[in-house]
Amino acid sequence: MQQFFSMLFLIGLLFLLSILTGLLPFATPPMLIGQAIQQQAVDATGAANLVTSVVLGYRGIDTLGELSILFAASAAGGLVLGKTVRAKKAASENTGFILQAGTDLLFPLLLVAGLYIVLHGHLTPGGGFQGGVLLATAFFLPVLVRPGTSVSHKLLIVIEGLAGASFIAIGLLALYQGGEFLQPFLDKGLTGQLLSAGTLPLLYLAVGLKVGAELAGLLANLSTEQDGENDHVA
Amino acid sequence: MEQFFVFLLVIMMLLGGLAAMLLKDLLAATAATSVVSLSLTAIFVLMRAPDVAMTEAVVGAGLSALILALGLRRLGIWQLDMPVKSRQKKAGDQ
Repeated sequence: MQQFFSMLFLIGLLFLLSILTGLLPFATPPMLIGQAIQQQAVDATGAANLVTSVVLGYRGIDTLGELSILFAASAAGGLVLGKTVRAKKAASENTGFILQAGTDLLFPLLLVAGLYIVLHGHLTPGGGFQGGVLLATAFFLPVLVRPGTSVSHKLLIVIEGLAGASFIAIGLLALYQGGEFLQPFLDKGLTGQLLSAGTLPLLYLAVGLKVGAELAGLLANLSTEQDGENDHVA
Repeated sequence: MEQFFVFLLVIMMLLGGLAAMLLKDLLAATAATSVVSLSLTAIFVLMRAPDVAMTEAVVGAGLSALILALGLRRLGIWQLDMPVKSRQKKAGDQ
């Protein structure tokens, strides 16, 4: 009976989706506010990437909410997984030459790519969230390859706290300058240059560091195995 | 031409999703979810949304697969030097 109802629900959902998508021409969504933003955004914020100008300029407080959601998720993950885990020092599994050499090669490349994506968030596609995840992956790879090594949680906490605090501090500074909360201030500069778009690159740097530190901590929590836990479950 | 590519990608996504549901080997199912995200990334690029495509590639194909794989490892279903047979047997036991 339950299966029948879930089948019915699925068919209804499919019907609804097909009607919704059947009416729209592909890849051209009905834009209402997009036109206005497309015309003004470059002059208003100085960012060449319109998505960034929306994410941090027009909808900065939404981004702050997103950050707090991510923080809550990672805190809950840490609460469930990280009950004073002590990483097994003795567990030095040999993970193989290919994985180790590949990680050593990939680590600097991932680091450069992540920093590039974070710092060029206002010029090219990408930004704090994507670059931050890349950075977290880069710092997590050595842990994956050498199971004995542990990540310094204290350092991650300090980075995360400082980044989050600086995001809010920049928003409050805008308030102090006479604008709205999180309104971009500073000099807009020449659109397309690395040092342009006022405070947007700074905000994205804070987002990148915060996301990276949070996810690195979460991954480190997940990867540390507890003694004897495997025997209970398997 | 673009329609054809999108059609192909959607088929790939469907196959990946089906594989993720039906595969007995949970590590292979994790890889199949990555395939879904990867095809979705290509569709986002075709829709001219490179920012979203980047997020999907990094989070959907990379990070979520990593988290799923680590979860399997924590549950003891997947170890680094475990042959495929015993992995499937353990997944069946769960």
